[in-house]
Amino acid sequence: MPTDRIQYQYNDNNFALSEPGKFNEAALQGSEVIINLGPQHPSTHGVLRLEVLMDGEIIKEVVPHIGYLHRCFEKHAESLPYNQVIPFVDRLDYVAAMNNEHAYAMGVERMLGISHLIPKRVEYTRVLVAELNRIASHFIAIGTYGMDIGAFTPFFWIMRDREHILRLLEWASGARLLYNYMWIGGLFYDLPVGFEERCAQFITYIKPKLVEIEKLLIENKIFVERTANVGVLPLDLAINCGVTGPVLRGSGLRFDLRKVDAYSVYPELDFDIPIGEGKMGTVGDCWDRTYVRMQEIHESVKIIEQCLTQLTGNHQRTRDFDPQALVPKKIRPQAQDFYIRAEIPKGELGFFFRADGKSDVPFRCKCRSCSFVNLSVLPEISKGVLLADLIATLGSIDIVLGEVDR
Amino acid sequence: MKADRQCTPHGIHIHADDVLAVCTLLHRHADMYFDMLSCITGIDNGVAAGTMEVAYNLYSIPYHHQLMLKVTLPYSQLRIASVTAVWKTADWHERELFDMFGIDITGHPDLRRILMPADWEGHPLRKDYQQQEYYRNIKVKY
Repeated sequence: MPTDRIQYQYNDNNFALSEPGKFNEAALQGSEVIINLGPQHPSTHGVLRLEVLMDGEIIKEVVPHIGYLHRCFEKHAESLPYNQVIPFVDRLDYVAAMNNEHAYAMGVERMLGISHLIPKRVEYTRVLVAELNRIASHFIAIGTYGMDIGAFTPFFWIMRDREHILRLLEWASGARLLYNYMWIGGLFYDLPVGFEERCAQFITYIKPKLVEIEKLLIENKIFVERTANVGVLPLDLAINCGVTGPVLRGSGLRFDLRKVDAYSVYPELDFDIPIGEGKMGTVGDCWDRTYVRMQEIHESVKIIEQCLTQLTGNHQRTRDFDPQALVPKKIRPQAQDFYIRAEIPKGELGFFFRADGKSDVPFRCKCRSCSFVNLSVLPEISKGVLLADLIATLGSIDIVLGEVDR
Repeated sequence: MKADRQCTPHGIHIHADDVLAVCTLLHRHADMYFDMLSCITGIDNGVAAGTMEVAYNLYSIPYHHQLMLKVTLPYSQLRIASVTAVWKTADWHERELFDMFGIDITGHPDLRRILMPADWEGHPLRKDYQQQEYYRNIKVKY
């Protein structure tokens, strides 16, 4: 193709053809101006479009426009058998696919009434890989957040360490991001031989790296100045807006579904729930949310160590152990409505199922995604701040657009 | 009002006109205090049944109670009151309900489509949904 050819001709009409905004340019007053951020902008973490009404340099209102990554998960789920939905579930929060699978598989197992039969080794393996994935997800959150506000080095250091997790999970499941590893009633495979030892080596490797990251980024003076007292989310507003996960805990509430609902083998494990304490500024600011994520990585490391002790001790591999032994041939729950929720790295992931008792496909499968709800709090906490602080606030909420848009 | 034990968590059926009053009571009452709205789900029961349902999943953080509120709407009257005055999180959930099922939310502050484009035709999660053939001269069916 000749290089001098004009590939895109600007046309005034093109703007009118795009998705309509909420604000009208003709109705602007004084020094008001509309700024459009995204959908193709690195700091919006994907295809999110923010329409910002500004008065000079101060933000008056933010309107998120979502749906650019809408893949009709719920419609697809209505036409597929329960077990075939799992690959779609992976693609919701695609940086924490194991956690999504865990929530979904657990929900269907409870509907079938087989959740108490699942072998302990399967449960510990699920928690092990889910916590590994939680660390990977928090790494992405912290690393990209640093990059959003100008710290480039931590991103590379974190991606280097995250790579070890992805390789471990690839070894277990065959895929780097979208695993399809947890099945309803069991697992695709047992852990590969030698996985526990390699995982223990990884834990030894990661511990000093976490301290490094904390010193490099979290306690860094520039980072603290940039994030403390920015985007403060008070606790009552947080609860009323339904936010969950590190965003809610950053606002100071010790609320974690792993403890509250005590699902899977979490009640047998010893771990703490870190909360934001306003160490560097106000409780519920951007620094607190990032701090909570960093502390949660330490807690996940603790959980992984305990899982490894169990998986090499009481519940070690045996020659005749079949992780697929309980996988039902036919998945047909009784007619019921069922709501299951679980803690994934970003908050409460819920699935609402309606089974009609006559078919193998869900009559309705609704996904309550935490990123979707957490994002809806953004307009509330970004009024009257500077545009640069909006980017800092958005990054600290840690959304994944695959889950926002489903 | 009718109890429903077929669902987990347990639920109650209420009339569509009472939604706002019941939600306000559940939210304010000191013994119930459902301070978190987890999820709002729309369900289309199909053309044969001629009804849609809306399910609200409520959670009380201090009491650790879960509750499911269910409302049945006939096709002829797809209208329900907004609960955004009680829980702010209902805003986007209700916009999704409107977008996917075409249920009119009365009293909603900003009722626009949320996931589908503003000029999309039809409401995709209805059981009788037929996708349009062309969207802005792009063939939809592949």
